[in-house]
Amino acid sequence: MTENRRNNKKSVCVNEMSLRLPSLSVNEGMARAAVAAFCAQLDPTASQLADVKCAVSEAVTNCTVHAYKDAVGIIYITVKLFDDGEARIIIRDKGCGIENVSVARQPLYTTDAEGERSGMGFTVMESFCDKVKVVSRWGKGTTVTLCKRLKRR
Amino acid sequence: MKGRTCFYDVESLDGAMRICLKGEMDHHNAVGVRGEIDELIYRERPKKLLLNMSEIGFMDSSGLGFIMGRYALMEKLGGTLILENPNERIVKIFELAGLQRIVKVENVKEEKIK
Repeated sequence: MTENRRNNKKSVCVNEMSLRLPSLSVNEGMARAAVAAFCAQLDPTASQLADVKCAVSEAVTNCTVHAYKDAVGIIYITVKLFDDGEARIIIRDKGCGIENVSVARQPLYTTDAEGERSGMGFTVMESFCDKVKVVSRWGKGTTVTLCKRLKRR
Repeated sequence: MKGRTCFYDVESLDGAMRICLKGEMDHHNAVGVRGEIDELIYRERPKKLLLNMSEIGFMDSSGLGFIMGRYALMEKLGGTLILENPNERIVKIFELAGLQRIVKVENVKEEKIK
């Protein structure tokens, strides 16, 4: 199991799950429910769990709407829970990639105005999580990592 | 549409139409529901569209797109849209996009809704 460093103290991954789903929009609800159910074992508040659901929904919707725009591809979701109460949710696709990540992360930015996209996906993820990391390669795919501390202090 | 988890009731009032949304408003559901609701709007031509959110248990930014789409349609047809009873999570997402400055929000008592 992996380890990460915070405040010079190592936190240890205590549980992990992986999920792979085709990028069908009907799976959006399944993905956020599954991640939230797994994260529930950290004993979060209802509000924290709702934050996780919403952030996951945004990332998965990006895969269905943007990454695999013209075809159905696989969405890979991994959730790691750490002993310090952090949940790390990794949502990866092998789709089209994002040309300019910092531009894409700006509020109200969208490449699909006709599809009634609000352009708020990354902004919602950022405001509902402690940290959001986006790594993308044009033509290769995108990995979004959502970090959120869930344990009640 | 398969796997829909968003449903709605329609209430016709004097010059207004209230749509009570229930369940989850995400991308999958927004795509399924918006065509039907637009059809109702075109048919009824209400002066006011009341989108009631009391029974929405989940909404993400696709719900914002849905609300803005209906707002734009009502503007186009010379009417207005009012968002009723959004819960605090909906308000939070709403304010992230600055929509509280554009869309009118009202809190109505539940007894007034059939």
